[in-house]
Amino acid sequence: MDSSPLPSLAPIPANSTAAPATAGQLDHLESEAMYILREAAAEFSNPVLLFSGGKDSTVLLRLAEKAFRPGKFPFPLMHVDTGQNFPEVIEFRDRIAQQLGERLIVRTVQDSIDRGRVRPKHANQSRNSMQTVTLLDAIKEFGFDCCIGGARRDEEKARAKERIFSFRNSFGEWDPRHQRPELWSLYNGRLDKGEHMRVFPLSNWTEIDIWRYIEREKLALPSLYYAHERPVAVRGNILLPVSEFVPLTDDDAVETRVVRFRTVGDISCTLPVESSAATVADIVAETLTASLSERGATRLDDQTSDASMEERKRVGYF
Amino acid sequence: MTELAAKAADADIGVLRFSTAGSVDDGKSSLIGRMLYDSNSVTSDRIAALERAARRKGESDIDLSLLMDGLTIEREQGITIDVAYSYFATPQRKFIIADTPGHEQYTRNMVTGASTADAAVILVDAQRGMTTQTRRHLYLSHLLGVAHLVIAVNKMDLVGFDQKAYAAIAQSIEEFTRAIGAGRFYLVPISAKFGDNVVHGSARMPWYDGKPLLALLETLPPAILTHYTPFRFPVQLVRRVPAPNGEQFRQYLGRVESGRVRPGDEVAILPSGRVTRIRAVSHFEGPLEHAEAGRSIAIEVEGDIDIGRGEMFSAPLQPPRVDKKFTATVCWFADETFTPAARYLVKCGTRSVSARIAEIVHRLDVTTLATEPAPETLKCNDIAQVCIALAQPLAFDAYEDNRATGAFILIDADTNATVAAGMIARPEDEPAAPDAAVFDAGL
Repeated sequence: MDSSPLPSLAPIPANSTAAPATAGQLDHLESEAMYILREAAAEFSNPVLLFSGGKDSTVLLRLAEKAFRPGKFPFPLMHVDTGQNFPEVIEFRDRIAQQLGERLIVRTVQDSIDRGRVRPKHANQSRNSMQTVTLLDAIKEFGFDCCIGGARRDEEKARAKERIFSFRNSFGEWDPRHQRPELWSLYNGRLDKGEHMRVFPLSNWTEIDIWRYIEREKLALPSLYYAHERPVAVRGNILLPVSEFVPLTDDDAVETRVVRFRTVGDISCTLPVESSAATVADIVAETLTASLSERGATRLDDQTSDASMEERKRVGYF
Repeated sequence: MTELAAKAADADIGVLRFSTAGSVDDGKSSLIGRMLYDSNSVTSDRIAALERAARRKGESDIDLSLLMDGLTIEREQGITIDVAYSYFATPQRKFIIADTPGHEQYTRNMVTGASTADAAVILVDAQRGMTTQTRRHLYLSHLLGVAHLVIAVNKMDLVGFDQKAYAAIAQSIEEFTRAIGAGRFYLVPISAKFGDNVVHGSARMPWYDGKPLLALLETLPPAILTHYTPFRFPVQLVRRVPAPNGEQFRQYLGRVESGRVRPGDEVAILPSGRVTRIRAVSHFEGPLEHAEAGRSIAIEVEGDIDIGRGEMFSAPLQPPRVDKKFTATVCWFADETFTPAARYLVKCGTRSVSARIAEIVHRLDVTTLATEPAPETLKCNDIAQVCIALAQPLAFDAYEDNRATGAFILIDADTNATVAAGMIARPEDEPAAPDAAVFDAGL
């Protein structure tokens, strides 16, 4: 093992020898997530942590530091890149991985298309659901038996049913009707060859918990999350980012607005919202009074039907 | 920070996990929907989706229960199949709700939801009174050691908000909880449909002088009694850390499951049976003077001892039992019936050990509380007392003394399925641990 101290995402506060008097909400969630990460590290021989550069997986990296530093992480990081991500998020992803001194694996949807594993119906088709094939191929390529992800149960109602250790069969499929019962903190990580587990340490976190934790831990994020001026296309009551990956119609009016992103993913399905929240504290305050749900406001991919997340998850999506 | 956020942070008393249970039409999903809706935890796009659904069905009122049922098949059939988790927060508390199915065939999911709950909210229909399912849910919640039993008598609107109807149900619940040995419980008359006594009080039930349900849940004491129980720390992982002098030392990673730990404390390491002293307790931010139950930490000990995952650090004067057999109450989960020939694993804390079910002592009818001695097999949803034999020694406590070190799951070694959940019983010749009520007084 490397004997030099490993770098960290944020300075370690000095003078913190005394434990807080009461275990608050964030301490409770943090301790639980550390427990889950350590169980994943112990129960699987070849885990990987999915890191996209978004706020949830950035929180996950801080929790991995809390669970494993001063040692190295017992897993590499991996990102499935649709090739249609915001450049600054990709830059952030690479910078953070380098700062942490951890290995980052990147697999691209473009490569899956080039190899004929994915065949888009037309050039403008969103690459969001194509990620599933790239992800499952990467799991096979590296022989991963566990993918640690930043999904939360409060994001979407199919996710609300997901186990913390969520079993995937040898085709990568999720069967929501036959999930392993999960009791106390006793996670069953037993697998046969070719099967894998998805592990979700942030299951019990909500959007506001994430922002409060980012505030408390002083975590850096891509600037897209904070209010900024940006040209957007106005379509009815939604705003679309102006990008080569987002086809516009003649009815879409392009204007410059002050916006931010509540979720960050593939450009073709991630929508900005009008907001003047320019700091973490502003966002905490805004989230407390938000009248729209996180994905409801910002994701095209979940709006196709009431069950679109469930359908994607069944075949192996994140 | 805004005034609202500042207020929330100041008043933060942590997390309360509660499960909800009830018979099929008791209005469980409606109750949770109502709690979320009246505490302003539902965003406008979700309300708009409910309004669209109501219009499609030609109904005038939105159906709050639709906030809860997540899977396509559940929406099609209008029932809850699997545990669904939902979250909301008030300035006092964050709530984690495990909404569990009412159908008898999904009892295993009810047990799953109750296993992590600090409180169980059990719904009773005011018109129908106690049912078989109510008894089952009360008994299972008690069996799983849920600290607070809360019975919400729902649909009070359908009995004209009548105090006598409520009092009759209260009496039958009182009798049943006494029969099963459950202690105190809370009772709240509500109407989930109209919101009476859910978040807001009810002008239509002036005879009720208790708190509305949400206010009650906000003020239930947290399950901090684990601070007073003996120290337990199951080792999750061992890591080698480079020391400044170029050598390496070991750190043991895990979570304090009960009690507290400080540098200098003597600890017994079980089941291997060695005794040593704590050299340091730390977390990411640096060394700690002490760590309490619930915290994930790293521990260093005196001396060069080889300790692996699955060992447990314990208070040496109040050690757990170490044995290769124990008696336990199990809830059978698998669709396949129990077969004596199958190979099993017990996972208790962080230790997994090969096991077999040596004897089925009796099966319990959770409705009549009658026992059937020595049944030949176990089938899905059965509750039974069994004797389990282990290939290797295990350190454990009785479940009623320590939920974290007295609970286990049984894994089928061939199919990898989780086939049962178990709670270890106290041996008959061992005296009970001091009653938690003794500590209650000192809180």
